[in-house]
Amino acid sequence: MSVAALIERDFAVPDIRCAGCIAKLEQGLIRDKRIAAARVNFTEKRVHLSYIADTDMPDLIGAFSNLGFEAHPIGDGPGEADAEAETSRELLRAVAVSGFAMMNIMLLSVSVWSGAAGATRDLFHWLSAAIALPTVAYAGRPFFRSAWRALRHGGTNMDVPISIGVALVCAISLYETATSGPHAYFDGAAMLLFFLLCGRWLDSVMRDRARGGVTALLRNMGTGAMVVGDDGRTRWVDATALEPAMTMLVAAGERLAADGIVVGGESRIDLSLLTGESAPQRVHADDRVHAGTLNLDAPVRVRVTAAGADTTIADIARLMGEAAQAKSRYVRIADRAARLYAPAVHGLALMAFAGWMVAGAGWHQSLLIAAAVLIITCPCALGLAVPAAQIVAAGELMRAGVLVKDGSALERLAEVDRAFVDKTGTLTLGRPDAVGLDRLDIGVRSLLLALSQASRHPLSESLTRGLQACDVRPAEVTSLRETPGFGIKALWAGRLVELGRPQGGDFGDMIATELSVDGRPVATIRFADRLRPDAAETIRALESEGIEVMILSGDRAEAVMPVARQLGLTAQTGMSPQDKLEAIERQAALGRKVLMIGDGLNDGPALAAGHASMAPGSASDVGKNAADCIFLGDRIMPVVQVVRMARRTQAIVRQNFAAAVGYNMVAVPLAFLGFVTPLVAAIAMSGSSLIVVGNALRLKRTIR
Amino acid sequence: MNGLIILIPIALGLGLLGLAAFFWSLRKGQFDDLDGAAWRIFVEEEEGRRP
Repeated sequence: MSVAALIERDFAVPDIRCAGCIAKLEQGLIRDKRIAAARVNFTEKRVHLSYIADTDMPDLIGAFSNLGFEAHPIGDGPGEADAEAETSRELLRAVAVSGFAMMNIMLLSVSVWSGAAGATRDLFHWLSAAIALPTVAYAGRPFFRSAWRALRHGGTNMDVPISIGVALVCAISLYETATSGPHAYFDGAAMLLFFLLCGRWLDSVMRDRARGGVTALLRNMGTGAMVVGDDGRTRWVDATALEPAMTMLVAAGERLAADGIVVGGESRIDLSLLTGESAPQRVHADDRVHAGTLNLDAPVRVRVTAAGADTTIADIARLMGEAAQAKSRYVRIADRAARLYAPAVHGLALMAFAGWMVAGAGWHQSLLIAAAVLIITCPCALGLAVPAAQIVAAGELMRAGVLVKDGSALERLAEVDRAFVDKTGTLTLGRPDAVGLDRLDIGVRSLLLALSQASRHPLSESLTRGLQACDVRPAEVTSLRETPGFGIKALWAGRLVELGRPQGGDFGDMIATELSVDGRPVATIRFADRLRPDAAETIRALESEGIEVMILSGDRAEAVMPVARQLGLTAQTGMSPQDKLEAIERQAALGRKVLMIGDGLNDGPALAAGHASMAPGSASDVGKNAADCIFLGDRIMPVVQVVRMARRTQAIVRQNFAAAVGYNMVAVPLAFLGFVTPLVAAIAMSGSSLIVVGNALRLKRTIR
Repeated sequence: MNGLIILIPIALGLGLLGLAAFFWSLRKGQFDDLDGAAWRIFVEEEEGRRP
């Protein structure tokens, strides 16, 4: 085949943990004839594959699962993501250029400071200019662009004094150099850019890292479906290419990729991500089913009625769009500081210029002092104060299993004083767990494991997980056979053993499965959605932080009440997405800052509307996209850790600001009086930046 | 003064060389997977595999 027939695609593989995984994946995958190349990206937990064009997605996923890895194709929306990664790379290039310039100019400046004079000094100044001017033109672009944008809209931001300062300093230094003056501030300009760019770059790296983590988690929406063609053959179609009137074949344990009507088979559908309801719903022919829900029991054929943006989720998405607008009005702390700071800096510089002109110093001297004021007040430390603290905090949280989407999320999280928590999937684990396994006979348990581990049915998988957790070894069975929708049969020491639907008895809404030997029931295993192990502790810890907690659930009152009683919380039940949204808006109108914690599609608008929001890693894609941060694993305690960390970060940020202001109180009068030589400026700038970064590093011990 | 004429271009040239090397490795994706690079030294290459 030709090289042109290869397709490249990224797969999220969350389980890449060690060097062994890298070797296993890269060397194992290319043994598959259809895969031409595989490259693991460990940091982002991704594998980049090049494969032959007509390979079906399930075959590729199969190649991963043969090696023991779960993989999910990453949707084809990389355009936007790439743009952000590109911004961060551009910033890194600018950091490198300004860093190079700063060091080389410093090399020359040190000689000047230590006494080079006459022609040598002039030569060194000219060389500095030759390095600094192109650097400022290249590395200063992010600031110039942003300042220009602000000025055009009639506003001002931190980038305006920076841009003016740098431009003014360069112009004056050039004039000084041309007239053989003693002081040129090229080193100051380059250093200022370097430190500020470091701050910008850290901020953008933090967002990139979280975005990578989130992309790796986005998988709950079926990313495609097996479609039955006119000739009766099935082929894999991506979710984006699904069209109404196609017929999807949805296997047990698979999520639906589009809305539709059941045309064949019957099963039960888990709606918990869509509505928050914990009891599965039976569906027969002619019933409507929705994208994002999970088919539990048996394969069904579904005729697609709406796909992509037309699905039920679209309504929720519209609500979310409106809800998110309120959040976009939030002003970050650095910008709030800039609003006070920028006019002050401009005012001071202007005053310095006017003052020295009046005092008769001449325009050259006055301008030089005004520039010194601008450069000394231009806040290296302020530019680093916020991002340095936030990236340390986000790094620590990431190590604790929490992904924070951006710095503003940390700022908002620190302010919350009220929490709304969803029940299904948030307070509970959101998956059926086998109950009472330890009460079963050891022989029964090993039989159960032998049968359950042969099936991909969600209940079997849950059973396998539960049994493996209590160290059971599977019994030896032969002739394993699974009948979708009914169960698994096998021979064990010549007897017929079966695991499947309970034959008699009414279990109401409870999900149950039954093990029988020679047709006689031996054990019935019930499944229930358990509370997260540390839910009660977490609620208490939140309350001790001064945050009132309440349950908002879409589930019925009977299902919510036991949980609410157990945790000692009040609850509102049977809430639609709109209801949840309104509950939050009412609180916001009272001036409360609400933290929304939820997982489902139905929580999407509420997550978007909350002052801050969190979702568990098992949440729906919509939930994860809307939330400010995502915690992984079964424990819910990270919620408290995040709030504590956010408050601590905010405290550090405030200290950093205080340090920056204190430094200005000392430095500005010196600059005003004209004592600031390039050497003083260099020491002041790097010193204050180091203090700020050092202070931020203290956050490292907060969690441990 | 004569020393400077040789030394300064050398100093700047070395700096530029470092900068160019950094850009080159950035473009070649050497910074895309920093954690992975640390682990890869433990990976045994199979015979005849492309580097």
